[in-house]
Amino acid sequence: MIVDGIEDEEKWLAEGIAAIQQNAFFMLRAVDSDNLREALKYSAQMLSELRTSKLSPHKYFELYMRAFDELRKLELFFKDESRHGVPVSDLYELVQHAGNVLPRLYLLCTVGSVYIKSKEASCKDLLKDLVEMCRAVQHPIRGLFLRSYLCQVTRDKLSDIGPEYEGVDDFVMDAVDFVLQNFTEMNKLWVRLQHQGPVRVKEKREKERNELRDLVGKNLHILSQIEGVDLEMYRDTVLPRILEQIVNAKDELAQHYLMDCIIQVFPDEYHLQTLDILLAACPQLQPTVDIKTVLSQLMERLSNYAASSMEVLPEFLQVEAFAKLNNAIGKVIEVQVDMPIVGAITLYTSLLMFTLRVHPDRLDYVDLVLGACVRKLSGKPKLEDSRATKQIIALLSAPLDKYNDAVTALTLSNYPRIMDYLDNDTNKIMAMVIIQNILKNYTCISTADQVEALFELIKGLIKDIDGSPVDELDEEDFKEEQNSVARLIHMLYNDDPDEMLKIICTVQRHIMSGGQRRLPFTVPPLVFSALKLVRRLQGQDGEADGEEAPASPKKIFRLMNQTIDALSFVPSPDLALRLYLQCAEAASDCDLEPMAYEFFTQAFILYEEDIADSKAQFTAIHLIIGTLQRMNVFGVENRDTLTHKATGYSAKLLKKADQCRAVYACSHLFWVDDHDGSRDGERVLLCLKRSLRIANAAQQMASVTRGSSGPVTLFVEILNKYLYFFEKGNPQVPTSAIQGLVELIRTEMQSDTSTTDLATAAFFSSTLRYIQYQKQKGGVMGEKYDPVKL
Amino acid sequence: MVLVLAIGDLHIPHRSPDLPAKFKSMLVPGKIQHIICTGNLCSKEVHDYLKTICPDLHVARGEYDEDTRYPEMKTLTIGQFKLGLCHGHQVIPWGDLDSLAMLQRQLDVDILVTGHTHQFTAYKHEGGVVINPGSATGAYSSITYDVNPSFVLMDIDGLRVVVYVYELIDGEVKVDKIDFKKTTAPHSPH
Repeated sequence: MIVDGIEDEEKWLAEGIAAIQQNAFFMLRAVDSDNLREALKYSAQMLSELRTSKLSPHKYFELYMRAFDELRKLELFFKDESRHGVPVSDLYELVQHAGNVLPRLYLLCTVGSVYIKSKEASCKDLLKDLVEMCRAVQHPIRGLFLRSYLCQVTRDKLSDIGPEYEGVDDFVMDAVDFVLQNFTEMNKLWVRLQHQGPVRVKEKREKERNELRDLVGKNLHILSQIEGVDLEMYRDTVLPRILEQIVNAKDELAQHYLMDCIIQVFPDEYHLQTLDILLAACPQLQPTVDIKTVLSQLMERLSNYAASSMEVLPEFLQVEAFAKLNNAIGKVIEVQVDMPIVGAITLYTSLLMFTLRVHPDRLDYVDLVLGACVRKLSGKPKLEDSRATKQIIALLSAPLDKYNDAVTALTLSNYPRIMDYLDNDTNKIMAMVIIQNILKNYTCISTADQVEALFELIKGLIKDIDGSPVDELDEEDFKEEQNSVARLIHMLYNDDPDEMLKIICTVQRHIMSGGQRRLPFTVPPLVFSALKLVRRLQGQDGEADGEEAPASPKKIFRLMNQTIDALSFVPSPDLALRLYLQCAEAASDCDLEPMAYEFFTQAFILYEEDIADSKAQFTAIHLIIGTLQRMNVFGVENRDTLTHKATGYSAKLLKKADQCRAVYACSHLFWVDDHDGSRDGERVLLCLKRSLRIANAAQQMASVTRGSSGPVTLFVEILNKYLYFFEKGNPQVPTSAIQGLVELIRTEMQSDTSTTDLATAAFFSSTLRYIQYQKQKGGVMGEKYDPVKL
Repeated sequence: MVLVLAIGDLHIPHRSPDLPAKFKSMLVPGKIQHIICTGNLCSKEVHDYLKTICPDLHVARGEYDEDTRYPEMKTLTIGQFKLGLCHGHQVIPWGDLDSLAMLQRQLDVDILVTGHTHQFTAYKHEGGVVINPGSATGAYSSITYDVNPSFVLMDIDGLRVVVYVYELIDGEVKVDKIDFKKTTAPHSPH
């Protein structure tokens, strides 16, 4: 019958509606003419249509609603005794003459509601009578709708209890009894519905049954609206009786829905005060009931309740809500052995959220929840289920989001243990969440112990875990992760130099295990963090920083030397060279000549052995010259060795133009323009002359191979260097040399216009304009420039 | 009126975790027409971030930039001004004004923007301007002690440029204003 198809059902529904409309028409005509007898006859015929067994609950509902609308009109007629002349008590008897049980009971309920309203009989007796009489209908769908009708027509009489009803307290009890009884009967009908029809359509039937659930739930809703139901009555009568029905139903669908319904319809403070009773029911439910959702809902509601006002918090403490929830969850997980791991974690996540809201100060509770989670996970392989790992991320993110302070998470002993159960990818995601949280909140991690704990948490990013192949990683993702780690290193800070050194040592130890792909990301921030510490120590009394001080620049430099050395083996020579030079200059600032010399030597070794690209060489040599130029720590001998090397390497660069530029840059090594700097005019001039020779050679080469960029610009650059030292008062730079260069460039540019580009011409003319400007400026400089003729 | 942001030496993540929050809240998209960056961004994230502030981004390569697409030097013309951009580690002695002036002559620009020293400077020089926007993150520098985070906004209007310096000192943003006027039209080679 059920499989006969939708078309047939549509047909039956249409026929039913037509019959209802036809009978309703005659019923209303009878009502209009105040003909009670006719009205009763046609209404009974109309209601007979509801006796059908052919319709699905959905279609039956449509039919029911048609009849329901017509019954409202009939009820109005019943109310008006002046029209039909029959007292309501007689009417109550009269409708019971209807032939069929279903129409009879619908009419009885309709008159009953009028009778109650009239207060001509005991409300209690009437309610009892109605709810008992309805037992006559035991067909699940028909029974459910009939009782739903009873609910509907009586609800306004129940929730609206005025002083006019005698014995209010008693009445509340009667009303509650009535609704509970109706609920009980409906629940039974509803549960029984699953046994209707053949087994093969069970799934469809459960779906239909689910559609009817709100008819049953309506009773709970009405109970929650009866004003007289106070906490005491709820705790002693209402809740126990509802739970009794739920547990006895032994039906998954009913239990899940009704538990959820209780949580949604009754007030939060009632839940809080009856946690024992409610939670005790949970382990008694069918093992297949999705209790985690129910409990999660409960905890969410309680969390929101706690957040609603500070004043309610003492209630939570008083009833020991945390302990009770924690116990209940433990029991449920224990009893429901088949609950998937994601379910357990979801429960713990909800409990954790609850804890963070209600007891933000109780970190021990937070750790307790995490610990329970660890126990559940222990002995199991790493999680593969993506839903479970997502839940764990939610679980572990919650304390971070709440406290906005990763340091708090570091104090939770079970936090890293949970992370161990994550697969590598998820572990990394969680590590990134932690780092982002620290960066976002500018959290300072200020002790070596905390740093140690932090690196334990994020170890998935710091090193390869159990040989997972790194090259499977997406390059972009890897860079992003490592850049985050690098940024994090700057958040590890303590004002106390000794503790800061401990932090640096801890970080160093961890990042050294990172392998060659990570070192280029992690070494630079560590080096600069260390150099900042050096600078702080440098500001303190210089004499006292002997070996006995825990944190001394020397110690730090030695550590950095090792660290950068590891980087050069990556190999990452360009970066290592830059860091060595940074350290060299810092050592110079600390007046540590051997240290500075050592760093410089390391830089030179890298330059010689590992930097092969000509462009990289050119940049490196500039950095070497630029750094060396600024250093004043070296004695004559060391300085000579280093400057000699620098100029030597400059002259050996691959391209002539590069050689020329590097060599004239070297001139600055011999002329340091501050009060105690060395000024060796002769060697400056040697450099300039050497660069001039290289420029000449470049020009000759260019004339052989036409088309290469004009080396004339090199002459103009050298001219500018001459001007520089001329102005600085280098006696080795006479005006004649400047004059000579100007003439040379003029000749070159005239004879060789084809290779002189516009940029060089502009450079030369702006140089000449500069000379002109200096000449016209007058004073000492003007006088100095006077002999130069343009 | 054209707003040009000059910013550089961020050194993220080598020397600094991020731009100061106060700077981030000031540097919003839609207000700035050009960015000239003196380099040492040190990560793609920083490049992408600057692009969000203004898509017209010009970067000179710093010695810590791995991105080989950044040129060592660059010139561009904005309104009546010709600008030169270079990180500055190539100019020895570092931060030396006379040496930078030579670079300015070489590039033949009205405004030369360089970085490297992490020290904000703005000099008028032979009718041109040499600007160093400093380090936007206040990154460690071997050259400058106690670096304050800073950047520069240039408001270019006709022959006039107003240079605003934003410096973060003890958590407060301090703004300074320097006015430059160009006396002649852009010079051309003789």
